[in-house]
Amino acid sequence: MSSANQLDTLYRQVIMDHYKNPRNRGELEGDTLTVDMNNPTCGDRIQLQMRVEDGKIAEAKFNGEGCSISMSSASMMTQAVKGLSTDDALRMSSLFSDMMLGKEIDTDGLDLGDIEALSGVAKFPARIKCATLAWKAMEQGIDEKQ
Amino acid sequence: MNVLDVRRQFPILDQEVNGHRLVYLDSAATSQKPIQVIEAVEDYYKRYNSNVHRGVHTLGSMATDGYEGARDKVKAFINANSTKEVVFLRGTTTAINLIASSYGRANVQEGDEIVITPMEHHSNIIPWQQLAKATGATLKYIPLQPDGTITLEDARETITEKTKIVSVMHVSNVLGTINPVKELAQIAHQHGAVMVVDGAQSVPHMNVDVQDLDADFYAFSGHKMCAPTGIGVLYGKQQLLERMEPVEFGGEMIDFVGLQDSTWKELPWKFEGGTPIIAGAIGLGAAIDFLKDVGLDNIKAHEQKLAAYAIEQMRQIDGVDIYGPEKRAGVVTFNCDDVHPHDLATSLDFEGIAVRAGHHCAQPLMKWLDVTATARASFYLYNTEEDVDVFVKGLKKTKEYFGDVFS
Repeated sequence: MSSANQLDTLYRQVIMDHYKNPRNRGELEGDTLTVDMNNPTCGDRIQLQMRVEDGKIAEAKFNGEGCSISMSSASMMTQAVKGLSTDDALRMSSLFSDMMLGKEIDTDGLDLGDIEALSGVAKFPARIKCATLAWKAMEQGIDEKQ
Repeated sequence: MNVLDVRRQFPILDQEVNGHRLVYLDSAATSQKPIQVIEAVEDYYKRYNSNVHRGVHTLGSMATDGYEGARDKVKAFINANSTKEVVFLRGTTTAINLIASSYGRANVQEGDEIVITPMEHHSNIIPWQQLAKATGATLKYIPLQPDGTITLEDARETITEKTKIVSVMHVSNVLGTINPVKELAQIAHQHGAVMVVDGAQSVPHMNVDVQDLDADFYAFSGHKMCAPTGIGVLYGKQQLLERMEPVEFGGEMIDFVGLQDSTWKELPWKFEGGTPIIAGAIGLGAAIDFLKDVGLDNIKAHEQKLAAYAIEQMRQIDGVDIYGPEKRAGVVTFNCDDVHPHDLATSLDFEGIAVRAGHHCAQPLMKWLDVTATARASFYLYNTEEDVDVFVKGLKKTKEYFGDVFS
């Protein structure tokens, strides 16, 4: 693969769009699940806030600093889990992990939306931790609630 | 010094990465190893692998000669007064931790002060934070100037009669700042404090004379100076080391063991618990021979020339911020527009160029620079001007790529 192709595999247009125009960036008011997480090896960090009502993620927002992969993944994740039951959100997170391991995944009715653009990260093991940071934060938040 | 001759002695450099000639610009993290070092380690394992100081058989004495011979080489290399002052440990981090937990615990009390700078590596911050917490001492920082240097006036303000330890890196792994450790040692001594120098980024790149600097302790790592990982050195003045208690007990450091009490070996073995890092020390000895052969003055001049050449070209690229002072060691830390350093490092990696990205184990310094992360190109004796050209070209290409996807 040429270096230009490698760049395009990793940095799809949609990833850069989420990095440049992050969805759900900011803070939620009131009673929320708040998780602070960082990747100590590189310094990326995220604060994720979720409002869970009747077992569903009603709202999700994030703040943080990091590379394009970590921030666009947070943007896509918050987009995707909004409206999902916490069980479905966890199921989606596990699908995402499998995707990062390069496995074939069966979405089983879940709408991954833009997230599939991150599948190229699986080819670059050094960057997988960037992509999974926001998902780990989401899992931890739900874990703490249960 | 003929850099092409030097390069030929590093087998790892002769390869392609991602379809391009490898350009290794991450020597501040760890250096590559010349064939002489690789062969010295191989020779030990193939011919005379054995434990040291206890076997009475032939291999045992060969291993002991190799291990202690390496200590002689280190002594000469940094101009220590005696081999008793050369303690083999795992590396700089272990050495500074030993000073903090042995000398520090015994000599620092509530109300005392420990003085460092905000540019320190985590391994020269956290041991002192822990010591301050445990003893009730205060950790003070000599402030940084806007260009990332410290002044002796500020040092004189910060170091007081309460100061017991001053610990400063000789060369910054991020800014390339070369600190005036000789003058700092004088100021420390005027106030009765000891001077600790983190030499992780200096010993590999310049002549270091611990007696001339009058450092009380000097710590460095083998793996950044062409030696294997896992070996490092704590230099300490003999009278200080003699008064210190070991922090690891058992194995090589034992003299007599009774049921209730034991005694330690003399220096330097008192601090070398367990079976020591024999192959590592032998490799370090070979690395010292190699570096002396090339000449530390040549190495220093070569790296500074490469850094200056890189900076000159990088300044011509719009949107590249370079951190650190004008006069610096062979390290160039920078950021490029909106491209996050990790993305930049990944993009350069696709061109076969290895740079470091992140906080470089210097989070307080990143905060001072007001950035979360930076990219760093660090040079060593095997890098060439062509490496710099490839790097600058890669940097321009990266900037264009991300410029396009952002627009």
